[in-house]
Amino acid sequence: MADLAELKSLIETALPGASATLIDQGGGDHLAAEVVAPQFAGVPRLAQHRMVYAAVQHRIDDGSIHALALRTRAPETT
Amino acid sequence: MSDTLSLSEVEILEQIKSEVGSHKVFLYMKGTPDMPRCGFSNQVVQILNHLGVDYGARDILPDPRLRQVLSAWSEWPTIPQLFVDGQLVGGCDIVTEMYQVGELQPMVGAGAAS
Repeated sequence: MADLAELKSLIETALPGASATLIDQGGGDHLAAEVVAPQFAGVPRLAQHRMVYAAVQHRIDDGSIHALALRTRAPETT
Repeated sequence: MSDTLSLSEVEILEQIKSEVGSHKVFLYMKGTPDMPRCGFSNQVVQILNHLGVDYGARDILPDPRLRQVLSAWSEWPTIPQLFVDGQLVGGCDIVTEMYQVGELQPMVGAGAAS
């Protein structure tokens, strides 16, 4: 069972300025996250996803997260 | 024993490098394009088929070592894995998002005059 608030904090700490939204898609360990981070600007999606996975890797390793569907993007430049 | 095992893994890695190197688009998946055995693999197959892309594919299920060697090499933990021009593009999430925003099509040459 994952702690969504903790995961949000882990992601936003690893990527200062980021905004992470997490939802439980079922069972407490199948999660979806949308992460908007300035660090993603100009970075390929694969690398963006790696950055998010790295922030929560120990929660994947310990089984708290079984699946994490990701959507990532850089903030709109306005 | 360990020599035999490591030799086999080296051979598997050489196969992987050869496959992704000799196909513009190559997919490692669970099952086959005709019979995907996982919803995530099926979704990538559906996108590639919809785009009319020529691609190679390999089922990782028959030999567990293939998945281990592939993921160790690509540093990506999950299946499917789509490679374009020898580079890992991503799995189901990334491929789907790139397709939806139109980034995948030019990468795989879909719609290009040929």
